Amino acid sequence: MKKHNPVLISLIAVFLGLLIACIVLAVSGLNPANLFIALIRSLSGFYLLKPEQGINISYPLNWLLNSLPIILTGCSVGFAYRTGMFNIGGEGQFLVGGLAAATVATLVKLPPVVHVIVCVLAAGIAGALWGFLPGFLKATRNINEVVICVMLNYTALYLNQWAIKAFLPIDLNTKAKTTLFPDSATFFPLNFGSTSQFHWGFVIVIAALLVYWFIMEKTTFGYSLRATGLNKEGARYAGMKTKFNCTASMMIAGAFSGLAGAIVTIGVFKYGRIATAFDGYGFDGISVALVGSGRAVGILLAGLLFGLLKAAGTTFQMLGIPKEVASIIQACVLIFVAIQHGIKMLLDFLSKRKEKKLDGSHSS
Amino acid sequence: MAYAIEMLNITKDFPGIRANDNVTLQVEERSIHALLGENGAGKSTLMSILFGLYQPTSGTIKVRGQEVRITSPNVANDLKIGMVHQHFKLVECFTVTENIILGNEPLTKYGTVDIRNAKKRVKELSNRYGLMVDPDARIEDITVGMQQRVEILKMLYRDSDILIFDEPTAVLTPQEIDELMHIMRNMVKEGKTVLLITHKLKEIKAVADKCTILRKGKGIATVDVKTTSEAEMAEMMVGRSVNFKVDKKPAEPKEVVLKIDNLCVKDLKGLPAVKNVSLEVRRGEIVGLAGIDGNGQSELVYALTGMEKVESGHVYINGVDITDLSIREHADKGISHIPEDRHKHGLILDFPLRENLIIHEYDRAPFAKGLFVNNEAIDEYSDRLIEEFDVRSGQGKDSLTRGMSGGNQQKAIIAREIDRHSDLLLAVQPTRGLDVGAIEYIHKRIVEERDNGKAILLVSLELDEIMSLSDTIAVIHDGEITGIVKCDETNENELGLLMSGALHKLGGSDHEEA
Repeated sequence: MKKHNPVLISLIAVFLGLLIACIVLAVSGLNPANLFIALIRSLSGFYLLKPEQGINISYPLNWLLNSLPIILTGCSVGFAYRTGMFNIGGEGQFLVGGLAAATVATLVKLPPVVHVIVCVLAAGIAGALWGFLPGFLKATRNINEVVICVMLNYTALYLNQWAIKAFLPIDLNTKAKTTLFPDSATFFPLNFGSTSQFHWGFVIVIAALLVYWFIMEKTTFGYSLRATGLNKEGARYAGMKTKFNCTASMMIAGAFSGLAGAIVTIGVFKYGRIATAFDGYGFDGISVALVGSGRAVGILLAGLLFGLLKAAGTTFQMLGIPKEVASIIQACVLIFVAIQHGIKMLLDFLSKRKEKKLDGSHSS
Repeated sequence: MAYAIEMLNITKDFPGIRANDNVTLQVEERSIHALLGENGAGKSTLMSILFGLYQPTSGTIKVRGQEVRITSPNVANDLKIGMVHQHFKLVECFTVTENIILGNEPLTKYGTVDIRNAKKRVKELSNRYGLMVDPDARIEDITVGMQQRVEILKMLYRDSDILIFDEPTAVLTPQEIDELMHIMRNMVKEGKTVLLITHKLKEIKAVADKCTILRKGKGIATVDVKTTSEAEMAEMMVGRSVNFKVDKKPAEPKEVVLKIDNLCVKDLKGLPAVKNVSLEVRRGEIVGLAGIDGNGQSELVYALTGMEKVESGHVYINGVDITDLSIREHADKGISHIPEDRHKHGLILDFPLRENLIIHEYDRAPFAKGLFVNNEAIDEYSDRLIEEFDVRSGQGKDSLTRGMSGGNQQKAIIAREIDRHSDLLLAVQPTRGLDVGAIEYIHKRIVEERDNGKAILLVSLELDEIMSLSDTIAVIHDGEITGIVKCDETNENELGLLMSGALHKLGGSDHEEA
């Protein structure tokens, strides 16, 4: 089998996902064209059915807003993956990150800007600590990180509930969240006068992507992480510290998810939530990392794609398309990336047929 | 005598490459026919055509005199052609019988799998051909040699008449090779036809009747093995005369570089694998460690390189005790290690070649600038090594290592390890699975290193390799050194006895065990 470009495979997967969604809509008696009208509206704010309205900037801003946390959790899963581990603990790391940010926001008094930075740092550190245990146990005791991660997800969920009730100032009206954060501890909105909640936290996401790319591709540490991920025994033979690498990689992965927690908590909600269930950001990160094939650019693009599908849910409904269609597309894309072996076989088959045709024309 | 297989004027084109160029192969019934050629000579393509994996661009195939079109492996199976692949296709957690009937399960009248009769048949076949396979053993519990026999049984169970063996001895110990040769002869006696793909001349000489030689896609000749010498066949295969005898001057051993003192190492199961081994290797000499596979060689090497913990005893390099240092410190103290398993240890297969060449020194100058990778230095260094050691690949230093040929992968490792200029070169099975040209080159390089004043410990399962390269030979049996002899004062027979533990010969005095 020939080598195939991972970007091409992801694009084919996206195309097939959309195709299946169209088929589903057509079978249900709905107009597949509405799907694309809705997607274009979410993407650009331009409504094809009412072009006179012009462009509504809040649509693209909401698209980006939805993409921010899952790009970060995508980095989280991708980073561990490149080192040969599966970080399914993004949910827990996200929650402790949010909790740490809420704690700093409500209990610490700091000047503007500095306050935000400390919140974000605290969230990153909390996430890293949550990533330490699975990484360390994997490295030293060869305990499957998936098991530890899943257990720590629940630990984080209940820790979040208990710690907020026990230590943070509670909003007395609902008793389900903390009091609103002071303005010094929230990201400034960046909505260009629209109703969107988009905020300056996107800088953190861009910085995280750069750090991800830089560590992986440019540093000697990244080189040894990649070596460990591709062939642990080979890396050990070469004298690399594979145990340290495993632990460090899971901590960095945890930090990325922790940052996602901060972005959502101090950027969107602006209060600490007593979580009763998982939000799914950590799990979305798995899809993002997988579709983005673990590379910074891929994660950015995949994050934007899944962010679009999240944001498009409401637009879908306006056009009479059930919002679950977004989930169908997401699931199909994921399935097609997961069975990329099949896509590769298809590509091989097509190129072989082309060859045969060429051969045929030669011999005749 | 009639022909079992005739492949007449076969040509196969791939984009940009003609893999087979008008090749004709005629195999007589009830004979062992060898197909000889270097890696890339077109042997595998030709066999894939016969097995239905590829279609020839032109040419005809006849099986038992009938012209046929083999469009898929299923057609080949129907024609009773079976293939034992180099890499086995077995389910690890299934038993021998389960593996053999897989895909073709016999049923009882109640519709369940008739494992009892299948087992009986497997046992019967096993006895008839002298395979001695236990039908109830699980694949994961049996040796590689046994696994190969299961593959053979699979063919026999399906009544294959024509059996193709693809490089069957690459994974076997010398004893297992002898047994396999015996099995092949049994098969011919029972009326089967054997087609043996190999690049090992000795095996052809030992077992084959006829031999067809391929070179660069062309059929060079078909010869009668009895009347053709190994040297003649080698020359036809490589296209020039091959020097089997490694050219080397007498050794001039100087001071001791590696000193192993009463070393004990346990294996993964916690059982003693290396028992009180003491050995010295001096600057300017090659010490060969001979032994049958699984007698503690791997554990000894792991202990010497820091990859496994030492139970007791000491290892010294240039007089410095390195016993308990880390893997990296071992390398830094002056050990270069060409590992036994180049895929598991030697290379990160999914790295480009350039990244594999700096695997020990990646975080040091000049390959690192502070915390960062210095790509220019890596590129420059890779280009130099590739040029100097003639490592060939599709896209030079940017080629994915996985896509390179075995010989070039090994050359890359050897380039990297030799260029570290360590005092001790630990070469473990350095030519495993390589073709004559590559073996010749690697042997030459190792002798050169000796003459450059390095100490070399060569660990090999190939007695020929040990005898042609070493100055001193140490023999290991069951974790103990049973003999240390000068190469020019010993012979294959004595080494065989030492390897089996029947003879002990240490420090001049030899005595046979009762």
